[in-house]
Order: sequence, then C-alpha cells, then structure tokens
Amino acid sequence: MELVIIAAAIMLSSAAIGAALGMGLLGGKLIEGTARQPELAPMLQGKMFLLAGLIDAIPIIGVGISMYLIFVVAPGVGA
Amino acid sequence: MAGGTQTTTDYIQHHLQNWVYGRHPDGTWGFAHSSQEAAEMGFWAIHVDSMAWSIGLGLVFCWLFRKAASKATAGVPGGFQNAIEYIVEFVGGTVKDSFHGHSKLVGPLALTVFVWVFLMNLMDLIPVDLIPYAAQKFGQYALGMDPHHVYFKIVPTTDVNIPAGMALGVFALMIFYGFKVKGPGYVKDFILHPFNHWAFIPVNLFMEVVGLLAKPFSLALRLFGNMFAGEMIFILIATMYSAGLILGIFGGFLQLGWAIFHILIITLQAFIFMVLTIVYLSMSHEDH
Repeated sequence: MELVIIAAAIMLSSAAIGAALGMGLLGGKLIEGTARQPELAPMLQGKMFLLAGLIDAIPIIGVGISMYLIFVVAPGVGA
Repeated sequence: MAGGTQTTTDYIQHHLQNWVYGRHPDGTWGFAHSSQEAAEMGFWAIHVDSMAWSIGLGLVFCWLFRKAASKATAGVPGGFQNAIEYIVEFVGGTVKDSFHGHSKLVGPLALTVFVWVFLMNLMDLIPVDLIPYAAQKFGQYALGMDPHHVYFKIVPTTDVNIPAGMALGVFALMIFYGFKVKGPGYVKDFILHPFNHWAFIPVNLFMEVVGLLAKPFSLALRLFGNMFAGEMIFILIATMYSAGLILGIFGGFLQLGWAIFHILIITLQAFIFMVLTIVYLSMSHEDH
C-alpha cells in the first residue's frame, strides 16, 4: 500500500517538471517579445497570464489526483 | 473526533469536510455528523454550505451590478461606478476579440462567470478559521450541536461539485449552440473532421469525442485544483500557529505572502474560466 505514496510523488514531480519548463519558456519568450517590441508589452503580458493559467492546468490536476490518492486511497498511510 | 488535543490530521480533515444534508443509509434525511456518514449518503447528499455561499455570492453579484446600473449617471461617475464600468469594459473587450460570432448571451454570460467565480474565489483569502470557528460557536450555543460536528467550508470553488456544475453548464451551452447554429451539420464536425472520408468515421469520432469531453473536464478541474491547492496551503499554514511562538510568527508571514500571491491566482483563474467559456462558445458558433 505504501507504493501509492511513491506513485503520487512521481505524478507530482513529473507534472511539476513539465509545468516549470513550460513556464520558463513562456517567460523567456515574453521578455524576448517585449524587448523586440516594447509597445506590445501589455498585450503580450495579457496573453502570457492566460497561457500561464492554461499551462498550470495539467500539474494542478496532477496535484488534485495525487492528493486524492494520498488522502482517500491510502488514508492510513498518508495521514 | 479526538476529545482532548486535536491532531493536525483531524484539524485538516475537519476543515475539508462540507456541511452535508442527505439521506442516511437507513432512509432518514438529516445532516451528516461525520465524514463517514457523509460518504455513506452517496448520491443523495447536498453540500449545503457550498450551495449557500455560491448562491449567496451570485445574489451579491446581481445586487452589486444592479445597484451600479440603476444609479449610473452620465455626469461625474463615483468610484463605485468607475469600478463596475471598468469590469464591464474589460469583459466586453475580451469578448469582442475572442468571440467570432454574434450572440446576445455571451457578453452577459462572460461577465457573470468572471465576477461570480472571482467572488467565490475571493472567499479563500478570509483566514481559514474565522468563519468556520464562528459557525462552530453558533452551532454549539445557538443550536446546541456538538462543536466537533459543525462543518462549514466557505469557499465554494474548493468543493469539486461547484466547478464541475459550472463546467457542465458551459458544456451544455456548447452542444446547444452547436446544434442551433449548425443544425444537424454539427454532427459532421465529429464524424468527418480530421479525415474527411467515410472510412475514417470511427477514428474521427473517437478523437473528436475525447477532445470534446476533455474541455469541461479540464475546465472544472483547473479551477478546482488551483483553489483546492490554495486552500490546502492556507490550512497547512494555519496548523503552524499551534506549533509555538517562533513558528507561529513565521506562519503569519507565510500566510501574508501566500495570500498576496493568491490574489493573482484568484483573478487569473476567474479570467481563464471566462476566456475559455467564450472560446468554447465561439467554436460552436463558427459556421464554415
């Protein structure tokens, strides 16, 4: 039953790696775009926040499911 | 519930338990006094606190905007009117540039979704113990209930049913407008879409249906996941207050920092829920 915790940990870490890479690239491209055309900065920032939220979706669903695993599937082990 | 000292897991589980009204396994209707009882109720159970807070905040939204609209002056607008105008113009601008059809419903729907979800998320900034503790005292003295059995969660969006319900609403609108605008041709989008040949119908159908179901699923779980994770962190910080003075003060700064960051998450999740609602409806309005 302890494997559930390892499963949740793997799920969290891989989702976090993916999201971190995505956010890093997104931020880099935002600064690049703003440097190239500063007058577009507000529009770029708006789009960046929207995409940051969308990138956030997958790891947060991963967090949700792994918390479900920890607290519901293996309450004894998790608590 | 542990009588004397309350362990942290009891504290966390107490704060994650909704105030449930439903049908006990033996057929009688009543409030659940523990999470096991609530789980046993299965389908026939309603989360009274989430419903009350979400409907209440919906009414606050309607009352607020109605008050602004009724007192709107063409002259020098007051601060309140400026704020409401800014929100309406912001939402209107977003609708204009991401909705490519003409529909009388999308504008008001986007405004409602944005402000309503924002108000529901805003409840997450209230300190974790403030209102549940007051409800506990009220339940204990006014209603004579056992304080440990008073469950009260004030953030509706941390209850998975509320975001799921809203996402299903958007999903129903998507399908309705798909058929309304494209008529029976809407089905063609699913059968002939990627590969325009009758032999590929099963493949098309499988891929398109998966894509269609992923939309409400991710829409609901994105909002729920962000708010649940935020609430969980607030609860974990709250458990630090019982761990001595130094950790308590450190917990205070942590809560302040996380609350400030959470302000961004709250508005961002409401904005994204709105933008995706608009985009999904605009996709079902497109007529090739």
